[in-house]
Amino acid sequence: MSKLKGLTKKQLFLPIFSMILVMLVNVVYDIACGNPPLSFFQIATQVTTSGDTILFGRLIDVLNRGSEVVILAIGMTLVVSASAGTDISVGSVMSLSGGLCCMLLAGYGVTNVDHYKVPLVVGILAGILLAIVCGIFNGFLVAYLNIQPMVATLILWSAGRAIGLLLCNSAIVYVRVPSFQFLGSYCGPIPTPILVAAVCVAITALILKFTAVGTFVQAVGINKKAARISGFNSSKIILICYAVCGLCAGIAGIVATSRIYSADTNNIGLNMELDAILAVALGGNSLGGGKFNLAGSIIGAYTIQAITTTLYALKVSSAQAPVYKAIVVILIVVIQAEPVKAYFKKLSAKKAAAKEAN
Amino acid sequence: MKKKVLSALLSVAMVATLLVGCGSSTEEAAAPAATEEAASTEEAAPAETEAAAEEEAAPAADGELITVGFAQVGHESDWRAACTQNYQDIFSAENGYELSFVDADNDNAAQIEAVRGFIQQELDYIIIAPIETAGWDTVLQEAQDAGIPVLIVDRSVDADPSLYEAHIGCDMVAEGEMAANWLAEYLNGEEAKILVIEGTVGASATLGRTEGFNNIAADHSEWEILDSQSGDFTQSGGQEVMESYIKSYSDFNVVVCQNDNEAYGAMDAMDAAGITYGVDGDVTIISFDATHDGLQYTLDGKISCNVECNPLQAVFADQVIKTLESGGTPDAETVVTDEAFVAPGITSALATTMTQEVLDGRAY
Repeated sequence: MSKLKGLTKKQLFLPIFSMILVMLVNVVYDIACGNPPLSFFQIATQVTTSGDTILFGRLIDVLNRGSEVVILAIGMTLVVSASAGTDISVGSVMSLSGGLCCMLLAGYGVTNVDHYKVPLVVGILAGILLAIVCGIFNGFLVAYLNIQPMVATLILWSAGRAIGLLLCNSAIVYVRVPSFQFLGSYCGPIPTPILVAAVCVAITALILKFTAVGTFVQAVGINKKAARISGFNSSKIILICYAVCGLCAGIAGIVATSRIYSADTNNIGLNMELDAILAVALGGNSLGGGKFNLAGSIIGAYTIQAITTTLYALKVSSAQAPVYKAIVVILIVVIQAEPVKAYFKKLSAKKAAAKEAN
Repeated sequence: MKKKVLSALLSVAMVATLLVGCGSSTEEAAAPAATEEAASTEEAAPAETEAAAEEEAAPAADGELITVGFAQVGHESDWRAACTQNYQDIFSAENGYELSFVDADNDNAAQIEAVRGFIQQELDYIIIAPIETAGWDTVLQEAQDAGIPVLIVDRSVDADPSLYEAHIGCDMVAEGEMAANWLAEYLNGEEAKILVIEGTVGASATLGRTEGFNNIAADHSEWEILDSQSGDFTQSGGQEVMESYIKSYSDFNVVVCQNDNEAYGAMDAMDAAGITYGVDGDVTIISFDATHDGLQYTLDGKISCNVECNPLQAVFADQVIKTLESGGTPDAETVVTDEAFVAPGITSALATTMTQEVLDGRAY
């Protein structure tokens, strides 16, 4: 009992609890429909048309489709923590990096190729590099010119996609080379986006664990001035956070582009910045900056995808889906709100007191 | 003092923006100027008409060019580019027209301003391919007050039909019906378990194609529409919805995608799940739009039927204007004839069978 109580006090308890709750809806639905109750969690192997064996199941779908938001959430968590603001340009930057990558691989003005014009690595690195430059631009505006993060990143939010369209000559550029599809398809039996997300998370987690970077970021986020007086270069730390956020957007953009082996600059990463911000919030992080929990953000990102996949599984009509999504999000945010937490604490304390009195 | 400097700077900036804005469309701007010139010569000196006529490259039968302003949506897709090219080809000097073309780049306000510009230039006809359906009453009234007939093409407008002469566009409902009629012919009474991947929620193409398909499906008791979800007209959307469908339904034989991009995504998802599709496969795919890439898939036998939305509408606009010129009343609603294309190996009374020549002969 006391162990259970200890568990509920952990910071990550509520985000994990919410995610499991979302998935449990499927179990209830499957029982109601007479399907095997755990079919949502079932992972099977499947032979593709080309003869490969891959993992197959809704849980794999959640992990696979949630990858881009997970990658974005890493950068967003750092940005939120250090600057107490959000980077709303990540979706556009995704589209921009994907657009540059495909434009280089296909050549300007060409919309359909089956061979690379420059080596694949050059295209991918250029796309990611451009995204980092975008991140540094945002970071410079926020850290050195003291422009509010939302206003500073609003510039690339609107311009990023437009530049991407210019690069692609306002068309969808298809790169129909099998190796280009690798990042968006399968690596052995596992969808590659899952691995990319896992590697990004692992690297970030290791850096945060074995260096003091996490502490620096939090110190700056809690009080920029105090951190500077204590000897941190606050502006530089904020700049680095935005650059990392740009890097994450670049990687997510390349993955999204690779999935559809084309640069659909109008649609790649559309509204994904909102999902990334929501992931940070659902993970129990304060959007006011300061302390952060990376694991929470990642769980938040998968929760968002779990909601989407669940709505598909429940056959909710696409016109109504946003309403259900909103209801679930409200519930998750409310149970994590401080006053609600305090209320339940008080309630349980009363119960304990009553027990003692007996 | 500071304020004065500021306002001066501001006005300089505004003028600069204006200039930049015009700079991108010098070609278009030049055309109406030439038109005005031609018009003024005509008014000032009727005796000189002959000389003026000689100056014109190739005047129409009655000796003067019909001036037409065309406010296009933008250049967002191959489809749109083909549409624009078609208007520029049909409304040429050889055919007796002087076309002022403005690309509004998907900016609603810019498009309305372009139409106002046409009214000020006192053109003979105005053609609008509206970006948004609402908000046209005022400017259409202005055109009517100026006595300039307006043609609405492509998408429709939400305004009193008396404010414009005619509407020319695709009938999305007819496209949906065409797809369903083809399916009925193809299956010939066999059972169908259908999955639909819809377009963007609320888009006219989505609503029309869904309605049309369902109209015909209602007459076929052997058909069952298992599910209908939105793939947002994108490839990744189509892929994600199809991935989910495959897990929910083990038994289906028809997939209807409301545009080509969704069909590409659906095919990728089926590939990954080991489901065969196309002419030789288990699943029949129907798609809409008939873009070049989409028709390539039809030619390869992967998309069984592809229903086009014809961008080549200018010839219909030309007919309406000719009717008005000769004093007649054109049809208020002209439906652009759409065509369906089927994969090689399928013969259909309702559709054209794809060949390499058909693909090469396409304008877009």
